[in-house]
Amino acid sequence: MNAVQNGSVIKRRDLLALIGTIAGSSAMYHAMTSLGFASESAYKGPLKLTGDPKGASVLILGAGLAGMTAALELRKAGYKVQILEFNSRPGGRNWTIRGGDSIVELGGFKQKCEFEQGLYINPGPWRIPYHHRALLDYCRRLNVTLEPFIQLNHNAYLHATRAFGGTPQRIRSIKADFQGQVSELLAKVTQQGKLDESVSKEDQEILLQSLRAWGALDRDYKYSANLLSSEFRGYARDPGGGLSANPLPSEPIALSDILRSRLWRYLQAFARYNFQTTMFQPVGGMDMIGKAFAREVGDLIRYNAKVTQIRQNGSGVTVSYVDTVNPSAVQQATADWCICTIPLSILSQLPVDVGAPMKNAIDALPYAGSVKIGLQFKRRFWEEDEAIYGGISYTDLPIRQIAYPNYGFNRSGRGILLGAYLFEGANSYEFTAMTPAERVASAVEFGSKIHPQYKREFETGVAVAWHRVPFTLGCSGEWSDAGRAQHYRNLCQIDGRIVLAGEHASDLPAWQEGALLSALDAIARLHERVVKT
Amino acid sequence: MKWATTSAVTALTLLSATAAIGQDGTAGRRTFSDGYRFVEMTGEELFANVCQGCHMPDASGASGAGNYPSLAANKNLESGGYPVFLVVNGRRGMPAFGDMMTDGQVAAVVNYLRTHFGNDYQDAVSARDVQDARR
Repeated sequence: MNAVQNGSVIKRRDLLALIGTIAGSSAMYHAMTSLGFASESAYKGPLKLTGDPKGASVLILGAGLAGMTAALELRKAGYKVQILEFNSRPGGRNWTIRGGDSIVELGGFKQKCEFEQGLYINPGPWRIPYHHRALLDYCRRLNVTLEPFIQLNHNAYLHATRAFGGTPQRIRSIKADFQGQVSELLAKVTQQGKLDESVSKEDQEILLQSLRAWGALDRDYKYSANLLSSEFRGYARDPGGGLSANPLPSEPIALSDILRSRLWRYLQAFARYNFQTTMFQPVGGMDMIGKAFAREVGDLIRYNAKVTQIRQNGSGVTVSYVDTVNPSAVQQATADWCICTIPLSILSQLPVDVGAPMKNAIDALPYAGSVKIGLQFKRRFWEEDEAIYGGISYTDLPIRQIAYPNYGFNRSGRGILLGAYLFEGANSYEFTAMTPAERVASAVEFGSKIHPQYKREFETGVAVAWHRVPFTLGCSGEWSDAGRAQHYRNLCQIDGRIVLAGEHASDLPAWQEGALLSALDAIARLHERVVKT
Repeated sequence: MKWATTSAVTALTLLSATAAIGQDGTAGRRTFSDGYRFVEMTGEELFANVCQGCHMPDASGASGAGNYPSLAANKNLESGGYPVFLVVNGRRGMPAFGDMMTDGQVAAVVNYLRTHFGNDYQDAVSARDVQDARR
């Protein structure tokens, strides 16, 4: 939360987070002047913890990205570190499901993933924005190979059940036609002199030129069916060779039809800062990041440890836990300090020795509902039949999105689609309330409205509903503005010997970057306190 | 590619439909809302499409790193105001559903819960009670 140093516009939320934290954490970051960090990132380069921790010990709860980041940096700084982790694997929500994996969700519903070897689905985080500098830096330092994540594919679909007879439309066409016809309208009112009060005559001339170029308008500033607009929206017949070389223009969709279809609302999904190109994914699955961290700190992790109580006094922290495989005996771990990354949906249920302000903050945060469904098909029909290579189609059907794999392009054989991605809203709860088999069947049913090949080609699927995931009981902290204003700073303060970290203790909820920045901020403040005492 | 009235009719039929799914026999038909808010109206339907996601089809709750409390034969349901408040405002990890359900829907699901799963509280809550619970 060092936005103040950038001197640019500061959001209200940032301001709240800043008050009282400026002196501590920001001073701890190593100056990286030569890199000239852009103003968008709160990350200031690798953390440098100077000063002797004098043998201090830290107990970290949770081996997700926040916990493992803290472990890696604190051990390097000279701390004695141990981690307790509920799962039998590292990574937490940094998770990839592959063929052979078994998933048991709350309620005992069991799935065995039968995906072909080499195919996978990321049920949690699945894309990394270019401005998530901390995560990208750790990927570089830990040798995690990245590849592009295709957020915008012009040839993917926008689909509205009640428009165009239910026929999906290419993003390319909607974007070009919307842009072209809005340009035509603006050109028209410019020529009618209706902008005279706000735009100078000279600028109006330039505006008209720009609208013609930007909107693919003809000499008369009209957007119409011709080879000019087809260069943007696609052709009725593509340019070819030999005797059939000449392209044929395609027919634009009328502005009124686009407006009423509401398909325009999906265009902003590609324009937003979080989803602008370039985005990345790790080669082989998102859990390559968690595995890379575990190569560094795996020896510190005690797996299958379910925390049941967190106590502290003036001299240290004592955490009780049970082995999930053999839960009869309560065990204890002690340390001078504790960094707790347990999701608040779970932490709020545990006896924790913290003051009322932090406890109230822990109790105040609801967790978002989210569902992802992976579907394996006999062949990559979206590529073979429809020339869709990666990217995302958006729909108003309950599945909301169909995302195409950004790996293995143009191969023959099987492929996997993300057949549904729901985040909040009624449908995410309705899908959560189903059995895994019902979710998969529903995704196939709805998806076949967009890709009729679904029913013939579908083989097997897995569905993850995050409220039923035993180690999180929800997807991510769902802060309201009011809740954040009231509780966020209290949540992030060091309370005695305990400090919290994780995406819930960040202003980037549900993003891995939030988990990392939260951990870096927490350990910088903790280290400062340790060195001073 | 013109927007046609006939297709709109077809589409409406699809959207309001309940998909017939359930080869594993746990539930016959599912309802899908078409916006942020729930379209399910009866308590039984709301429970089956919302609450059971966490509290499970038999309301017995679940346990992982944390717990979803059992709502079966639950003495905390004795006073109708308590579940009404929780559904409307949420608590700890439980989301608030006040913005996603009408007063009538909240009352319906609370009344269903308080008269099923081993609960037998006959003093029904009203939509007015729910309105009062909204902060």
